[in-house]
Amino acid sequence: MPKNVGKSVARVDAFEKATGRAKYMDDLCDRSALIVKILHSTIAHGYVKSVDTAEAETIPGVVKVLTCFDVPDIKFPTAGHPWSMDPHHQDVADRMLLNRHVRYYGDEVAVVIAEDEVAAAQGVRALKVEYEELPFVLDPQKSMEEGVPQIHEDCPHNVLAHTDIRRGDYQKAIQEPGLIRVEGWYDTPTVQHCHIENHGCFAYEEAGRVVVVSSTQIPHIVRRVVGQALGISWGKVRLLKPYIGGGFGNKQDALYEPLCAWCSTQVGGRLVKLECSREETFVSNRVRHAIRTHIISWLRPDGTFVARKFEAFSNQGAYASHGHGVVAKGMGAFPQLYPCDNLECDAYSVFTNTPASGAMRGYGIPQAMFAGESHIDDVCRALNMDPVAFRRKNLMPMGYVDGFSKNELYADTFNQCMNKGMETIDFVRKYKEYQNQTGPVRRGVGVAVFWYNTAVWPIALESSSCRMVLNQDGSLQFQTGETEIGQGCDTAYSQMVADAVGIPFEDVHVISTQDTDITPYGTGAYASRQTYIGGFSIMQTAKALRERILNIAHEQTRMPVSNLDLVDGQIIRISDGRVLKSLGDLAMESLYSMEHSQHITAETTAQIKTNAYSFGCSFAEVEVDIPMCKVKLVNMVNVHDCGTLINPALAEAQVHGGMSMAIGFGLSEQLLFDEKTGKPLNNNLLDYKLSTFLDHPDLQAEFVENAEPTSPYGTKALGEPPACSGAPAIRNAIAQATGVYVRRIPITPHVLYAEFRKAGLIED
Amino acid sequence: MYDMKALYEAGSVDEAVALRVAHPDAQIIAGGSDVLVQMREGKRAGAELISIYGIDALRGVSQEADGTLRIGSLTSFSHITKDPLIQQYINVLGEAVDQVGGPQIRNIGTIGGNTCNGVTSADSASTLFAWDAIVELTGPDGVRRQPIHDFYLKAGKVDLHPGEIQTAILIPKESYENTFGHYIKYAMRNAMDIATLGTSVNVRLSADKKTVERTRIAFGVAGPVPLRAATAEQTANGQPVSQELAEAFSQAVKADINPRDSWRASRDFRMHIAVESAKRAFIESVRLAGGEL
Repeated sequence: MPKNVGKSVARVDAFEKATGRAKYMDDLCDRSALIVKILHSTIAHGYVKSVDTAEAETIPGVVKVLTCFDVPDIKFPTAGHPWSMDPHHQDVADRMLLNRHVRYYGDEVAVVIAEDEVAAAQGVRALKVEYEELPFVLDPQKSMEEGVPQIHEDCPHNVLAHTDIRRGDYQKAIQEPGLIRVEGWYDTPTVQHCHIENHGCFAYEEAGRVVVVSSTQIPHIVRRVVGQALGISWGKVRLLKPYIGGGFGNKQDALYEPLCAWCSTQVGGRLVKLECSREETFVSNRVRHAIRTHIISWLRPDGTFVARKFEAFSNQGAYASHGHGVVAKGMGAFPQLYPCDNLECDAYSVFTNTPASGAMRGYGIPQAMFAGESHIDDVCRALNMDPVAFRRKNLMPMGYVDGFSKNELYADTFNQCMNKGMETIDFVRKYKEYQNQTGPVRRGVGVAVFWYNTAVWPIALESSSCRMVLNQDGSLQFQTGETEIGQGCDTAYSQMVADAVGIPFEDVHVISTQDTDITPYGTGAYASRQTYIGGFSIMQTAKALRERILNIAHEQTRMPVSNLDLVDGQIIRISDGRVLKSLGDLAMESLYSMEHSQHITAETTAQIKTNAYSFGCSFAEVEVDIPMCKVKLVNMVNVHDCGTLINPALAEAQVHGGMSMAIGFGLSEQLLFDEKTGKPLNNNLLDYKLSTFLDHPDLQAEFVENAEPTSPYGTKALGEPPACSGAPAIRNAIAQATGVYVRRIPITPHVLYAEFRKAGLIED
Repeated sequence: MYDMKALYEAGSVDEAVALRVAHPDAQIIAGGSDVLVQMREGKRAGAELISIYGIDALRGVSQEADGTLRIGSLTSFSHITKDPLIQQYINVLGEAVDQVGGPQIRNIGTIGGNTCNGVTSADSASTLFAWDAIVELTGPDGVRRQPIHDFYLKAGKVDLHPGEIQTAILIPKESYENTFGHYIKYAMRNAMDIATLGTSVNVRLSADKKTVERTRIAFGVAGPVPLRAATAEQTANGQPVSQELAEAFSQAVKADINPRDSWRASRDFRMHIAVESAKRAFIESVRLAGGEL
């Protein structure tokens, strides 16, 4: 029986973080660091003809100015994916450290390295750049048109990638008489992660190597990218990841680590620090792909799908970053969530002159769920069917197996989750009560489900390594390559380690910092993989450590290993339950033995060739003030089947955070660009409307715990799923309240004003 | 790290005036919630600053012999909201400034800074316009008092003469007596936001609560500076209280306001919200004054 897994133990880092003692990148950087500031492009597309550095170089405190004409001629990839040995599956290498061909308003042109921030900022302002401007394009579908300038030399029509899915015969199937056709175009916005700590890093050279300390989710991957970008062998790079203030996928990319490392090498290996401002974070890091999705469904009047068409145009922005994987994941969900025999699906990732889109919590699924689940309610309206009944009839059934991933839906998850959600929000009563309202203020309830899968197998490698080192007192340190980014994995892992080794929770010490010189390999925080994947290597390493301990116990007690156990930090003789000695005594004797001294450690790598579905749903209740064009979110419930909960309190907190993100995605957040210049308009936290506490109802997180059979701990994804279904649930609730079926998010007062006027609900 | 050339700290109003005269190009800084943000953006890089934040004499709310309410220019938003005189005589001002930013900003931000910025979206400004506030300015030649309407010259520009600092905001007794008001901040979220439109209405009813003796309405973000809606006021003044009056009053604001199209909001949208807000704020003001409609 697990003693710690399944309990809401306090976070292992709670005290350090709550008291401000936890050290982040900037806390660790010595005050002697030189400061790097970037000059960003002030045009959306063109070439840098020259950079006049003369004035900047005369400013007191400016140490060095480096421009796009100084960087090594190396293009490198930035995506936080495991490296692929297959050249066709490697990430697209399309960036330079600084760029002569600038592809968006905010691209990196030059850097000023100075003794302090003020001198660096003055230096950047003193640089004079001459550009040759090219026409630019902000919209992915326009970017595919004839005559639009190519943003990357090797990408005609600016299409980074196009993939499709074909099943059955769509064209033939739609000939069936009596079918009902439902069509819609659905738009999701460019949004940014808005983690608390902006990305930053510092770098210096030591013993012929470059050391980088970075606010990143993926230390081992960034080490590789720094090596690639600088053209040095990877062993010459050491990367450290301390505590970080969130990432949500933005830091699942190499951001400015390569540039910062290179800057250090250009000033004799001196310590240099590069910290992004919030304004830079919005534009010059990564954003979520804005995706326009076109769906046509053909149904029989009884609510059976006959054929479906899906097209998605994903705004990749200026650089490939995570590339096509994001929209491809969204498209992949489409045929699975509502299985249908006749399908035509196409997904396009298209370059535009906007910030590079990368990974962001949900990785294409929040976009796909907004389109797909809004469309389901559009279908229900056309068929006059109940939205829950329709979903019960058509959603992926228990026992479904996906041919590619071999994932299986082992339980009746969707019905269980919807039942729990309906009960929590009192859906049936409210749905009935809110039908056919009149008056200026109306209420509505809505539902949406989501599809998600855990980790990245079989698309990419899944492996994780763990090391455990026993101390003289019987406590241990453990470390993995998987990163604590605020989500609580250090705590969940500590619970797993305590149970798997057989020692008290307080005797488990997690090494939170990853240092690529010391920490065994793991790929980091993404794909909601860590609790699932890390569980394998922890279980396996604990087993190896226990084996060593019990062998030593045999040496020390002469009892056969088969009659020994380690329980709660005590060596037990199984046959009579007698405590033979404490683990601390065993470790002391082992280490200081004059006959056979042993330092007790274990380290293993687990490769994982499974993946797990992690499904659930959202329910939302809204109150719409029609004359004021305002939505008040009254109630919101998320229900998740993420398998067995490792730490219920942390799981609940994870869900709350995801729901909050979904609220902003659905109602208020959107990065805007000036049509005339491509300049970002609202890249700050005042004008970019991240929702606040006062915009949130009391968030309710519920769980259905069907233990995942492929996981040693019965667990599966919960990092990203909470962000996936909230927005369409809100949209569907607004539709029930007002009869207005909005097909774009965020559903701001501006959008509602236009929609309500069109619907005749308001007049001027 | 801020790019500032010098910081001069004034301990008294006299010292502040002397520093203003000695350093005419220096920027006045009070709580700093606007000035420091602008400096961080590089807009005032290399500026000289005169801090008046230490002048405690400019803090607090008091009542003068003739009943005038005196709000020291350095009084923070949170102190205004919690002040008993404000709550008794012009509670709407406390409610309006309680919607500025978040708690930290309301603790550091001052009403003097809010008005001297000259921005149309300032949450205090529309209410001060609607209540005919007087701005007190102290300079080398002494004290002068100016209606707030004349203090705002254009977007971002107020009538602060060389050597002057703003020392108080005054609300005359005639303005607040027997008067009740309501402010509606229309913003894209419920906290940490600037107004898309600010609407401040107040009414004085007849003794029998049946007739509007006087109504005043001012908007923020309906033009480059806060503005009063004279047509709407004339429509309501002297009229019997009714739902129809609320409707006519709110429709009349269209003749008075001139919001602009920007990426933040369209002119049509702001017009629509102005009419609806005027109606709701009028109805609430009448209700607070004891009227029924």
